[in-house]
Amino acid sequence: MPEALVKALDELTVAWQDAMADEAFVSEFERVLRDYAGTPSRLYHAERLSRQVGARVLLKREDLNHTGAHKIRNVMGQALLTKRMGKTRVIAETGAGQHGVASATAAAWFDLDCTVYMGAVDTRRQALNVARMQLLGAKVVPVESGSATLKDAINEALRDWVASVDHTAYLFGTAAGPHPFPSMVRDFCRGIGDEAREQCLEQYGVLPDAVAACVGGGSNAIGLFTAFLEDEGVEIHGFEPGGDGVETGRHAATIHAGEAGVLHGARTYVLQDEDGQTVESHSISAGLDYPGVGPQHSWLAAMGRATYTPVTDRQAMDAMALLSRTEGIIPAIESAHAVAGALDVARRLGEEKGPDATVIINLSGRGDKDMGTAIEWFGLGDAEGEAEPVVATAPGEEA
Amino acid sequence: MASTTTAFEKARAEDRAALVGYLPAGFPSVDGSIAALRTMVEAGCDVIEIGLPYSDPVMDGPTIQAAAQQALERGIRTRDVIDVVQAVAETGVPTLVMTYWNPVERYGVERWATDLAAAGGAGLITPDITPDHGGAWSAAADAHDLDKVFLVAPSSTDERIAMTSAASRGFVYAAAVMGVTGAREATSDLAGPLVARVRASGDIPVAVGIGVSTGDQAAEVAGFADGVIVGSAFVRALLDHPDDEAAGLAALRTLTEDLAGGVRRG
Ligand SMILES: Cc1ncc(COP(=O)(O)O)c(C=O)c1O
Repeated sequence: MPEALVKALDELTVAWQDAMADEAFVSEFERVLRDYAGTPSRLYHAERLSRQVGARVLLKREDLNHTGAHKIRNVMGQALLTKRMGKTRVIAETGAGQHGVASATAAAWFDLDCTVYMGAVDTRRQALNVARMQLLGAKVVPVESGSATLKDAINEALRDWVASVDHTAYLFGTAAGPHPFPSMVRDFCRGIGDEAREQCLEQYGVLPDAVAACVGGGSNAIGLFTAFLEDEGVEIHGFEPGGDGVETGRHAATIHAGEAGVLHGARTYVLQDEDGQTVESHSISAGLDYPGVGPQHSWLAAMGRATYTPVTDRQAMDAMALLSRTEGIIPAIESAHAVAGALDVARRLGEEKGPDATVIINLSGRGDKDMGTAIEWFGLGDAEGEAEPVVATAPGEEA
Repeated sequence: MASTTTAFEKARAEDRAALVGYLPAGFPSVDGSIAALRTMVEAGCDVIEIGLPYSDPVMDGPTIQAAAQQALERGIRTRDVIDVVQAVAETGVPTLVMTYWNPVERYGVERWATDLAAAGGAGLITPDITPDHGGAWSAAADAHDLDKVFLVAPSSTDERIAMTSAASRGFVYAAAVMGVTGAREATSDLAGPLVARVRASGDIPVAVGIGVSTGDQAAEVAGFADGVIVGSAFVRALLDHPDDEAAGLAALRTLTEDLAGGVRRG
């Protein structure tokens, strides 16, 4: 990390540790999440889907949170901390726009000035979220440099932060980046797993056999996984964006295909060339389109405690259609990666252990923001025209 | 190999600041960058900094980032940077590489130090690695007698300034504004106090960078620092003459002379 940011990161580390040790802060955080963000989110038994795969599929409904994704947990935590530190402005980077929307929301609620950096490519594919951020009072800055996606938005936000650090907090959107962000974001998101674990025990009297989440930077995944790390019988699965297929080189499967390196102040797996230049990532989901990954996931992968598997754009879009048709739930394309991968796990566990085998999938967000992509992918929206209804197939089945 | 320390001592003996000039390798092309850097040497730069173009240059402003991106798009490789170092170091001017960390790690720290030293390079400036996280680099630099230039910022605590000065060799780079590289209208009022704090921590030379683009600004900074670092203004001189190499080099020469005059007035 640049020396210019060391003091700010040190101050943030101290402030976060103090806050987490302060009961008043923790209970205020819990109150804000409950009363405003709408947690705990439901743990929902997807019965039709369960019948299709022969195992019990439970969805952790983070898509029902205020602003439509798990991101609100992290942001409310960081914004509360910003207030506590006496800062008046927040900046954020965003890929899909969900973190930007959550940041703009928190800024509105806490009365903070807000600027959001977003890759110019992403401002086009997530135009609806740009408008939401603007309506909430945030300034959205399109970033044209580099690949004009999430990693470049992070570069630009870091540049802003170097110049504004005395009065500005950087609300980092995922469990990556320099210390203390990966650990702090995990702390603010770990309610996902704590709730899911308790709900599963309460509703079904057992721990799940597996938990699954999509991994971009890794915040929703680490939020779910943390509660289950000590439960040896629980398989932990992260699903990475496989894009056009890892073998094509057009993907963002960082753990699967990246190599150890340093990006954005974290030592982790990075998609890079032989010269250590970051390689442009590709995913149909803007929120997963990041060539790095949170260092805790690198560590869990290296330890063998969690398994990370790529899911292609096509598999994710098929899963998006499947969940929509069978359960009436339109997931974010990010979350659809988790659904696609987890249904294969569920099918295997169902065969091994029978229909009570239980898989929790983190449904990290809802698909409203992705309707533009869905319209294009499936050829939707023409009621009079030729477009056929989307045929939903379960993974592993022929269309 | 030319020594950075000697270059600073010479300037100090002449009762002036040293002029440190920066350009990214491979901009506008590999040969073009060699010609440009040699022109800067002839026209009065005392120390040369060669940027290693990197995909994610967090500390650089739009001007330098645009130049580095152009170099990358034209296919510059780490190995080419070493070649540029060799061509410039042959002039006898101490030649450092300014680089973000990941490309060095990828090249291999030991291999990098060996190849840089063999090319006559003087050392490294590392904008995104601090001495407390630079153990591997420090060890390799010590083994190959290379300079280690670390940065201090206005936000650095006194303890960190002391730690950084003690760990640096060649000079300490004082990033004089809280912000990224780029020419600015006025020099920063944070620079003087920052230099004074580095001075208080030892007698290693302190060079001030970020924002200087004219002889008058250089003169002002030379009034309190041992070195004046200029980057974006040189890049701008070349960017302003995209299709005319001779005009670009002439602009570079005029700018260098203006800045070299500035460090002698300060
Ligand atoms: C709904 C949703 N899920 C997941 C992600 C990916 O982020 P992370 O990997 O940090 O959970 C995003 C990011 O924008 C998102 O919007």
